[in-house]
Amino acid sequence: MAYVPDLKPSTPGGSFVKALTSRAVLAPIAAMVVFLVFWELLVWVNGWPNYVMASPSDLPPAYAKYWGLFITMGWQTLWRTVVGLVLAVIVGLFLGMIMGFSRLMRDALYPLLVGFNAIPKATVVPIVALMFVGEHNFNTILMAFMISFFPIAVSVSIGLSTLEPEYRDILRALGAKQATIFWKIALPKTLPEFFGALKVAVTLAFIGTNLMEIVSPHGRGLGALFDSGKTNSDYPLMFAVLIALALLGIVLYYIVVALEKIFAGWAERAPG
Amino acid sequence: MYPMIKIEGVRHAYKTAKGPLPVLNRLEVSVNEGGFVAVVGPSGCGKSTLTRLIAGLMKPDEGRVMVHGEVVTGPRSTVGMAFQNPVMLEWRTILENIMLPLEIVSTKMTKAEQKERANYLLDLVGLTGFGDKRPSELSGGMRQRASLCRALVHKPEVLILDEPFGALDAFTREDLWQTMHKVKEEEPFTGVLITHDLRESIFLADQVVVLSQRPAMTQYVLDVPNTGPRDLDHLYTPEAAEMLNILRHQIEVAQGRAAA
Repeated sequence: MAYVPDLKPSTPGGSFVKALTSRAVLAPIAAMVVFLVFWELLVWVNGWPNYVMASPSDLPPAYAKYWGLFITMGWQTLWRTVVGLVLAVIVGLFLGMIMGFSRLMRDALYPLLVGFNAIPKATVVPIVALMFVGEHNFNTILMAFMISFFPIAVSVSIGLSTLEPEYRDILRALGAKQATIFWKIALPKTLPEFFGALKVAVTLAFIGTNLMEIVSPHGRGLGALFDSGKTNSDYPLMFAVLIALALLGIVLYYIVVALEKIFAGWAERAPG
Repeated sequence: MYPMIKIEGVRHAYKTAKGPLPVLNRLEVSVNEGGFVAVVGPSGCGKSTLTRLIAGLMKPDEGRVMVHGEVVTGPRSTVGMAFQNPVMLEWRTILENIMLPLEIVSTKMTKAEQKERANYLLDLVGLTGFGDKRPSELSGGMRQRASLCRALVHKPEVLILDEPFGALDAFTREDLWQTMHKVKEEEPFTGVLITHDLRESIFLADQVVVLSQRPAMTQYVLDVPNTGPRDLDHLYTPEAAEMLNILRHQIEVAQGRAAA
């Protein structure tokens, strides 16, 4: 189960201000400040010029200079990642269901999927880029999808195939149809595993999107912005892109966590 | 008396990689309407297979399984089941869990009547006020009580209990035995209880069937004289001691450790 900060105020009837000054909010902010100070010190103590390593204080000027690009490129990266992820969810769920319910399909498809997943996706990028020349949006979405559907398919299939027989039998003994058992029991029972995999898939999808954006010529998105920083020896820009990517990743991750709370909150144990 | 459950010459074998594994062999069991039969026997002798046959979850290779005068060909809504593992849907409240069978079995009850029935059963098993709790908030014994309510909610004619008290501690188990008697009085059913516990079998049932080792056949049938509700003191009478002795001996025979 993922760590989810408890944003509820500690005292009943507490205000919003109180919630914002709670430990759950302050602790991660403090950790981030410590991290940035440490980073700044590291660069300063070693006397590194920013072509070796940019320091946090180099970043605001980079954002100020290119903010327009960050917005448009960030949006490009974000929507393509999300579309790729949605595809991964649809295909992953479908494959997971097939493999979860049919032993034959599981035996048949597993080696294929494992092999597919073992191929480093960086090597697939040039192939895809050549296959669909110029289709940058399509290629990027395809990479995001290819890199992220595997954990979803595997965890859903495991969730379904390890369902204790009693769960099935309580409905089957009453004459319930397979479809009823799936909707009422198997699907909800698998949701915690599904969301666990989705959290892994979110960050993987970002990697897929960026691989394509960086490698393919005339790319767009934050990956392309990173690449242009490299070409122009604008090192603070490269670091600024990395931080922007991290921020987007955090945002998407916590959106998934919020969805998990809504749909599979029951699986969470009370603390203690 | 009318036999509610009749098992006639049932043979069954599981198909395994090493060929067929016979589990039941010419099994004969009969349970009268309103009767309560306990089935005991060595581990792995096919007791659970028997429950699955009565529930219609499996078909026998040979012989007939009849419930209410009809040959069982598939699952039927007049059967209620409770297992050793009292599985609950964790995303539902206890009340919603208990009402689950009513979503499958067609019933004329309105939503309000369904709730009333579920709450009545909760009262009956001593879980008053627990309807809104989540399964994770309940202990093993409480979950088993809730599981019993779920098995009874659609007023089944036949209640199949597959070692429901096997995983509970001794005190909780004895508590639940007494609850069972109360339930049987208020909600009459024809019962089949699979158990490993000989004291449990003579305390709850009015007939105890001893199965032989796999492939199981009916080896011995013991009639328990004092039927109906009874208290735990009944387990410490000379009659009870004698019955337990007979059953223990029969189990040893079944295991091949004693001569008949």
